[in-house]
Amino acid sequence: MKRSLHPVIMIMLVVAAALFGRALPTWTLSLATVAASNALIALGIVVLARTGNVSFGQGLFFAAGGYGVALIANAWGMTDAVAQVIIGAICGGLLGLVIGPLIARYTGIFFGMLTLALSMVLYGALVKSTVLGGSDGFNVGRPTLFGMIFVDPREADFMLYAVSVVTTGLAGIAATILFRSELGLVSLAVRENNLRVEYLGTSANRIVTINFIIAAVFAGAGGAFALMAQRHIDPQFAYWTTSGEFVFVAILAGYQSVAAVFVASLALELVRSFSNLYLPNTWQLVLGIFLLGVILFLPRGIGSLWIRDKHKKNDSAAETPVTAEKGAVS
Amino acid sequence: MDFFLTIVLDGLIQASWLFIVALGLTLVFGVLKILNIAHGSFYALGAYIAATAVTTVAAHGLPPSVGFVAMLVSVAFIASAVGFLLERGLLKMFYGRDEVVLLLVTYAVFLILEDVTKLIWGVNPIYATQPYELFGNLEFAGLYYVGYDLVLIPISVAAGLAVWFGLNRTVTGKIVLAVIHNEEMSASMGVKVKRVYAIAFAFGVLLAAMAGALTAPKISMQPGLSSDVIILSFAIVVIGGLGSVEGAAVGAILVGLARAASVHLMPQAELFMIYLIMAGVLMFRPEGLFQRETARRI
Repeated sequence: MKRSLHPVIMIMLVVAAALFGRALPTWTLSLATVAASNALIALGIVVLARTGNVSFGQGLFFAAGGYGVALIANAWGMTDAVAQVIIGAICGGLLGLVIGPLIARYTGIFFGMLTLALSMVLYGALVKSTVLGGSDGFNVGRPTLFGMIFVDPREADFMLYAVSVVTTGLAGIAATILFRSELGLVSLAVRENNLRVEYLGTSANRIVTINFIIAAVFAGAGGAFALMAQRHIDPQFAYWTTSGEFVFVAILAGYQSVAAVFVASLALELVRSFSNLYLPNTWQLVLGIFLLGVILFLPRGIGSLWIRDKHKKNDSAAETPVTAEKGAVS
Repeated sequence: MDFFLTIVLDGLIQASWLFIVALGLTLVFGVLKILNIAHGSFYALGAYIAATAVTTVAAHGLPPSVGFVAMLVSVAFIASAVGFLLERGLLKMFYGRDEVVLLLVTYAVFLILEDVTKLIWGVNPIYATQPYELFGNLEFAGLYYVGYDLVLIPISVAAGLAVWFGLNRTVTGKIVLAVIHNEEMSASMGVKVKRVYAIAFAFGVLLAAMAGALTAPKISMQPGLSSDVIILSFAIVVIGGLGSVEGAAVGAILVGLARAASVHLMPQAELFMIYLIMAGVLMFRPEGLFQRETARRI
């Protein structure tokens, strides 16, 4: 079903993508950084969505990661980019560890609404907290890498790009391995029918919780990237429209391919920056129409553009048994 | 004691318009099984249209009472038309898809409407205060209130009773309940389910826009209005149970009181309080306070 690319080849692809940044103009670098960081969070949503639950509140972990990193950076002067990403991931993961088990009992719309509610609780608290700068947020310093200080902004941008692409790439590889693993396959079974999974002797809640924590870790790391790219944080990180954009990327990508998440995230950032350029003040309009178009014409996401073809070839070559559903289609 | 009374009255005033918004949201969910994120946008749309109507009437030198009527009538017409067209033109293309997909479709509509209102009415705050003076000031147990605010309470009670009565005591309402209960069965009994969908959605939009129109004289219209309202009305319907009229009423009162109480006692905890209540309710009653096992929902 999945293309069985060897992990070593995937790592080489990631390194190639990171080095490719050298050839890119500056404005694409920051765009690609944001795209990679959003892709990381959307990847978390895809991981979670394989259990059939869509989180509308990834902004919660995004903000937790961002604020956690920002506070530690300002308090201890810890500016190393890799350390910040790790701290962001830990902050998101710890929060996920607390919330995950509570929220795993819910499914469908209630799951989405509860995650949204929790992110809005954080938003409400952040807006009113004077210590954390209220709705204005606060600034943090420029990140460094392994003791290197980047004075040239172009170099700093490239460093951030490289770190985000490598992190997101590694997360993507991990996700691919996860999807093929036992846990990944049981997650799909939970989506199909969680009661049957329970009857077979596994806890569906536990599987949802694990996937939820993975998604939280990814979102926390994404928060660290967003912080480093903007060098500023405010409660908007936790607002529900922020979370909505991450779900948007995940839907755009579809649930079939990890690579599609990156393509979708890049596509969204391109659409956003071009509509910012040519249609200022109406990028939400463009975004909305784009989203409707994708749901209507690519119901299984961008990934279906290339995954489906592959599927057909496999079917004809291996003569897999035709299920009733497939038989009806072809 | 006065302090307590202030909180209760403020809470009820808040609850009154919130209830009308939430009623539309819960009705649309009950019938179409769509949790409509764009619902807040319809509220904002209603408020903006009302502002235009009120200022146009005032510009012609007519009294505020004419403005009040004009705003309600224009909002009623435009909102039901918009709702009907949206359902027929857009939403029906997505029926049968996953409910999360439908949620995203309404999210797209929310994004589009957000910019459309900005394009039409601009980003600067708009006011429509003329009708606010309409009912004078009232003294109530030693406290002075703007009459308009207090009038909102009976209006929303009437709206709630009308919807409840319409659903439970009329033939049309019974048909709607049948569709809610089992859509396939009602279709096979000869109910035009498509028509029920379109009407229910248009009515939901109408309720949101009406609440927008009614609150327009109280507030300043500016971007961001819709997302604030949708967040509040989500909390209400989830607290009350998606698809339940009684639930929406109780949820609105709870949220209204929580808002008023936190504004008076702990201003920094406003949004926090509401979502804490919602999270608390969901922890103990995942289906909301009024969601029953049976399909007698709305």
